[in-house]
Amino acid sequence: MKNNNLKRREPLTDTQLLMTITIGIFFTMYFAAMAIWGGGFLRWQQVFDMLNNNAALIIVACGLTVVMIGGGIDISVGGVTALVVMSCIVHMNNGGSIFTAALLALGIGVGFGLVHGFLISYLEIQPFIITLAGMFFARGMTTIVSLEPQKIAHEGFQQLMKTKIEIPWLGYIAKKGNLIPARMEIGVVIALLIVLIIFFVLRKTRLGRNFYAMGGNSQSALMLGVNVKRTRFYSYLISGVLSGIAGFVFMMHTGAGNATNAAGAEMNAIASAIIGGTLLSGGVGNVIGTLFGTLTLTTIKAIVTTSGLRDPWWQSITTGAMLCFFILLQSVVLSNRGKGGLKKMVPQWMKITQKD
Amino acid sequence: MQNDVVLSMRGIGKSFPGVRALHNVDFTLRKGEVHALMGENGAGKSTLIKVLTGVYTKDAGTIHMDGVEGEVIIRSPQDAQQAGISTVYQEITLCPNITVAENMFIGRGKGALVKWKDMEKRAGEILQSLGIPARPKQQLGSCSLAVQQMVAIARAVDMDCKVLILDEPTSSLDDKEVAMLFSLMRDLKSRGVGIIFVTHFLEQVYAVSDRITVLRNGELVGEYEVKDLPQVELVSKMMGKELEGLSDLVRDDTPVADTSTPVYEAAGLSSAKGVNPFDFAIRKGEVNGFTGLLGSGRSESVRAIFGADRVTGGKVMIDGKSVKVGKPIDAMKQGIGYLPEDRKDDGIIADLSVRDNIILALQVEKGFFHPFSQAEAEAFADEYIKALEIKTASSDTPIKSLSGGNQQKVILARWLLTHPKYLILDEPTRGIDVGTKTEIQRLVRKLAEEGMSVTFISSEIEEMLRTCSRLIVMRDRHIVGELRGTELTQDNVMRTIAGGGD
Amino acid sequence: MAKQTKINWSKHSQLIVPLLSIALIVLFNAFRDPSFFSIEITTNNAGSTVLTGNLISILNGASELAILAMGMTLVTAACGGQDISVGALAAIAGSVFVKVLRAGEITPVTIALGFVACCVVAMAFGAFNGTLVSAFKIQPMIATLVLFTCGRSVAYWINGGATPTVESPLINAIGSFIPGVPVPTPILIVIVTAIVLALVFRFTSLGLYTQAVGINQRAARLNGINTTMIKLLSFMILGVCCAIAGVIAVSRLSLINHETLLLDIEMDAILAVAIGGNALSGGKFKIAGSVLGAYAIQALTITLYAMKVPSTDVKAYKAIVIILIVVIGSPVVKAKLSQLWKKIKEGKQGKEAVRA
Repeated sequence: MKNNNLKRREPLTDTQLLMTITIGIFFTMYFAAMAIWGGGFLRWQQVFDMLNNNAALIIVACGLTVVMIGGGIDISVGGVTALVVMSCIVHMNNGGSIFTAALLALGIGVGFGLVHGFLISYLEIQPFIITLAGMFFARGMTTIVSLEPQKIAHEGFQQLMKTKIEIPWLGYIAKKGNLIPARMEIGVVIALLIVLIIFFVLRKTRLGRNFYAMGGNSQSALMLGVNVKRTRFYSYLISGVLSGIAGFVFMMHTGAGNATNAAGAEMNAIASAIIGGTLLSGGVGNVIGTLFGTLTLTTIKAIVTTSGLRDPWWQSITTGAMLCFFILLQSVVLSNRGKGGLKKMVPQWMKITQKD
Repeated sequence: MQNDVVLSMRGIGKSFPGVRALHNVDFTLRKGEVHALMGENGAGKSTLIKVLTGVYTKDAGTIHMDGVEGEVIIRSPQDAQQAGISTVYQEITLCPNITVAENMFIGRGKGALVKWKDMEKRAGEILQSLGIPARPKQQLGSCSLAVQQMVAIARAVDMDCKVLILDEPTSSLDDKEVAMLFSLMRDLKSRGVGIIFVTHFLEQVYAVSDRITVLRNGELVGEYEVKDLPQVELVSKMMGKELEGLSDLVRDDTPVADTSTPVYEAAGLSSAKGVNPFDFAIRKGEVNGFTGLLGSGRSESVRAIFGADRVTGGKVMIDGKSVKVGKPIDAMKQGIGYLPEDRKDDGIIADLSVRDNIILALQVEKGFFHPFSQAEAEAFADEYIKALEIKTASSDTPIKSLSGGNQQKVILARWLLTHPKYLILDEPTRGIDVGTKTEIQRLVRKLAEEGMSVTFISSEIEEMLRTCSRLIVMRDRHIVGELRGTELTQDNVMRTIAGGGD
Repeated sequence: MAKQTKINWSKHSQLIVPLLSIALIVLFNAFRDPSFFSIEITTNNAGSTVLTGNLISILNGASELAILAMGMTLVTAACGGQDISVGALAAIAGSVFVKVLRAGEITPVTIALGFVACCVVAMAFGAFNGTLVSAFKIQPMIATLVLFTCGRSVAYWINGGATPTVESPLINAIGSFIPGVPVPTPILIVIVTAIVLALVFRFTSLGLYTQAVGINQRAARLNGINTTMIKLLSFMILGVCCAIAGVIAVSRLSLINHETLLLDIEMDAILAVAIGGNALSGGKFKIAGSVLGAYAIQALTITLYAMKVPSTDVKAYKAIVIILIVVIGSPVVKAKLSQLWKKIKEGKQGKEAVRA
């Protein structure tokens, strides 16, 4: 055995490979858009707008990524987000403070996470059915809290909503010649912070690695000494908490709540995670990939609109097509895994040549 | 000498409802030896291993280990690990999606954070010292199966195991990989680890083991030094027959002149399940058998004939005409029936009624658009329930509530109903009571007399000799011999199975 | 004779759950408001005599659900998973129907043509789902997520935007009443569909094959069944069911609204299958159970409406019912309950022994 064995460049793991593909596709698409349509795509504000509009989605998708890495699924996230928005607005409009609203948001998220986690890990019920019921419950509760659309009246919160972080050096010069700085909402900071935290959890903590092990092969994980039930429970808890936070961030972006808030957020979040390289079968995925998955999805929508397909249906048809493409891609990757098929898909320069 | 003993199991007993799986079994493992645990199906090997690893709790007996005062209590796999007993299974019990180093360390240690650098450094050291060609940062799934197995062993070694159990580790490895594994085993031996090696491959036992313990029917046959036990004797001990005094069982029927066109003939047949290309033919009214130890390829061969596994090559002729058999339905259309070895997973449709289970194959042959009427199905079911004396409350009873023997008769009825020209029975008598066993044997002879060709597989040589007029002997996925007529003696069969060593 | 009835009863034991649910709802209503069940004979706007009343509206309202539940039962049985795109697929089918009708005059011939067209389209989409599931081995719920995401947009696209109407007495005849027949047409369509399906089961081996594939795929293959084909077929039959449901839903309102047509019906259809006593993990099935389940759900919904629960809130109550059903059906809970039952029994026997 040679010593330099350890110093050789490793071939990419499945997680890294799928993430690389996504990031590659994103940049290719974005640069192509810049070259073809220019305009908005050339401004940094475009990127920040994408983040501003999707902060809540990014947070929700992070939670889903964790659950999906662990081999499960949570489709209640959109419903929980909507419930949080409505409850917090009603709470603040009735004299609640921002702080108690934040607590309420967290509380609702934790509540859903606990119930889902318990039913799925300890009673071993199919996650899809449980979280679908959770979604129905949350949506139903949203209208029970208030059927009428609500607008936030709390002054402090309105102040908070308006607060934007200005980044002058990424701004652009408007036609009048004055500099318009790039603007970023607070929600984006929270979202990016959460991406970093979850990245750290998945990468550096024992719990995070247990998610991967459980998703890779839960039977093996059990044999290797991982407490699978508890690990699964935590994955749903994290997803619940993040849906709560996402609700709060959503509220900071829109400032209003109605029954159809975050409609379809769960499917957008799942699509983001899948496009970001998270395998539905579990064990493979990364929140950085998910972040780029969300951006890819948004960019596609922007491109669809810019390219003249202004009819409202094109966006979700493109989303569906993208989703289908990635699901099939993953199915192919999956069925070739273990046969060395995945290795074959790695470009030559990434491979290490076994000399002995 | 006694100081060398690292593990000693005495008088181990274990029963399941209706079955005595282990009775008064002793097992001794010494430091730095490879100890093969041998036995045919149902001998109690896996039960013994499971008792030792805490999957089952024993009913009787004691376990002592070197360096531990008094009895060792093992109630769970975790207890076993703590006691220094590690197991590497045939199926890899690692996670393919994470790195080699992680697989070696996950589920161990404390603290909330993973220390990647330390972990990878330590993993690298262990892998290097054991000469395992894997890199710590490599994704486990990108390693070959053999290397994965070695990583599992490395994990065990790092957990300070004194006893390493290798449960059929070589089943899915090729020759080169087996050689790698063996050199690792020898290395561990020199470090004083006691290794229990469970395998079906005789040659491998002789290549690497120091000692052999043979079990049969849940009882200890004996413990032997490898050099004192020739291969053929090992086979006879596993099969439970002494070599002397067997010649009286010689059959007197002389081989029939083989001039007729074979009902079924295959040339160079091979399948995705790793059976080597083989030639085979069977004539009208003949009962032949595939014999060999478990894992010798006997089941894989007949599965290839039926198209149960993906057929990868070879030619098939039915009644002298060339046909293509790639899927089960092709074989069925040619009048071939197949009773699978694994009744539960491949045979019965558990929740369906006895009647539906009986008519299934014939219904499929007849076609999707021509279902049997309730009355027809009822008539078929009743006919065969009566003919095979299947004990069931009614033809409406779900098959899962029948006893094993009766389930097997239902599957048999399913194929008899299709009136096949050629019927393959893979272990039709396994796990069923003696009465049913003889019934099935008699039935096979009768069917042959009526002109059906039958292939019959059983783990019990005696049964094969009673039923078959020709035996094809397999070892390590090759056909190594064909015996017929007066050659059909237990002695001969065992010598052929064992091969090489006399 | 007594024995005969006993066997028959055990054969239909699966139907106990849905029948019991219906009985419970009926009892509840009987106590709450005895007039709930009254059926009246009235004259409608068109001047024909028709039946009205809660009972009729339950039977009528559940029509689409009952038809979808039939197909869903087959998919569930064969694949051990559920199709979540049925609502979207019904919207697509409905759009195709409307598109064909709007191409010219509405005559019985064009209606037949439209129906055939939407059946073909729905079967094609069903085959798409089925291919993902059977050939690419993707879990049914994930595979159908694609169509769930973009199906309604496809429906939107087919009619190029607006919510087109199809006004004609012929359409009314499908959606409400055929002149001279006092029973709502959708109820008749359910009966016809059920009869057709019964004939299919009578004249093919679909039932046997589907159950064999669902219970033990390996054994089914070894008996010569083309398992891929059976799964594909189940999805295509479900496609036809979606087409029929779509046509009914369109005819009721004489227009197609791609966003609200049979919204969220997938969950109800899955629930109907579960209430009908069919295992969601596949295998043995009874379509009659699912149909009864559909009526039980509709009865629950109508009851909630009668109790002045807003239609938007009904979801929350349904979610609770779902959770209760799956929790009781969970293997863990079942095992715990049977343990408890054993203990109670043993305790009783112990006491009796002591007494003796």
